[in-house]
Amino acid sequence: MLRRLRQIGQASLVILATLGRAGVIWAQSLWTKPDLSNSAPLVIQQIYQIGVLSVVITVLSGFSIGAVLALQGYTQLVRYGSESALGLGVAMVLVMEIGPVVSALLFAGRAGSAMTAEIGLMKATEQLASMEMIGVDSLHRIVAPRLWAGFISMPILALMFSVVGIWGASLVGVDWLGVYEGAFWSVMQEGVDFNNHVLKGIVKTFVFGLVVTWIAVFEGYDTVPTSEGIASATTKTVVYSSVAILVLDFFLTLVMFGF
Amino acid sequence: MQMRTVEISVGAFMLAGIFSLIVLAVKVSGFDVGAATNSYSIYTRFENIGGLAIRAKVSVAGVVVGKVAEIKLDQEDFTALVRIEMNASVDQLTSDTTAAILTEGLLGGKYIGLVLGADEELLEDGDEITDTQSALVLEELIGQFLLKAFDE
Repeated sequence: MLRRLRQIGQASLVILATLGRAGVIWAQSLWTKPDLSNSAPLVIQQIYQIGVLSVVITVLSGFSIGAVLALQGYTQLVRYGSESALGLGVAMVLVMEIGPVVSALLFAGRAGSAMTAEIGLMKATEQLASMEMIGVDSLHRIVAPRLWAGFISMPILALMFSVVGIWGASLVGVDWLGVYEGAFWSVMQEGVDFNNHVLKGIVKTFVFGLVVTWIAVFEGYDTVPTSEGIASATTKTVVYSSVAILVLDFFLTLVMFGF
Repeated sequence: MQMRTVEISVGAFMLAGIFSLIVLAVKVSGFDVGAATNSYSIYTRFENIGGLAIRAKVSVAGVVVGKVAEIKLDQEDFTALVRIEMNASVDQLTSDTTAAILTEGLLGGKYIGLVLGADEELLEDGDEITDTQSALVLEELIGQFLLKAFDE
């Protein structure tokens, strides 16, 4: 009994310490006066790595999800003769939920894992340690640009996802299944509100971008510098970010859309 | 050279993001800029507005000519006071115009339909349409129908 209690205590201390280290890394890498001329090229390089290179997978997934939503939505709506609401349904779902969440999950799998592996390998091959030796702060040089790049890239990717998804839905719904085009767009425009729906979806993507890159960078920085350590750190990044995205999505929806 | 392509592709990436935001704003949410300046207000009073919502369309002969801007309860006689923002280009509404709350399709949203009269005088900014017809509330309709069937 006492041993069980001690184990629980130890486990929670480990969790607390991990959280603490994550917080410290985050704060230390961003708590500095901005030095644009030095850090801008690094951030741009990282946006290329994690943003531009994720465009293809994001756009492809967005298109298929939009097309599937149109197909499924149509079969249900046509029963009630209200298939003109197809555009509204697809756009609402994409802009508020599926767009931010699915693109964040893809982002975690595509960019987050790569980030963890890269930083983990830097640590295992003692590149981080040698940087410290020559007086370069690895937090500012390696971690901060990635955090900024993730924060900037994620909303852009999610916006592209939603737009391509709605385009895919219009291709399937209007051009293939024959929903009247005017109704498709006008019902959508009447129902979707920019401040209430689009902006709140964008707020979500900023949060997801921040959390996913934070987890990825921390797991890489905190990894056990062996090949097994890197493997488990990469797995942890994907698992933790996915869970964090879904749980946070619930609470963000709860708070922003007010229940 | 390598850095240059990276910079250009990041620039294109950012541009695509801004473009997507504009598409979402204009094409998807119908965000209209500065429409409020080119409009004038008229008021209507309904006994029951049913499911009428703000931003619902206002039409004459099926053509959209304005939108519902504000709905509030008049505490004196407990009717709903609806403020309509009419497009400034539609300025020939007669003072005996009637307003009715109608439904778009079977499951569609509510909107206000205006039918013009034959009066010489015209409605101006701030005027009120007095001749109105409230929304059809399905439950009341069914209730009346049942009552009638019961009587027979």
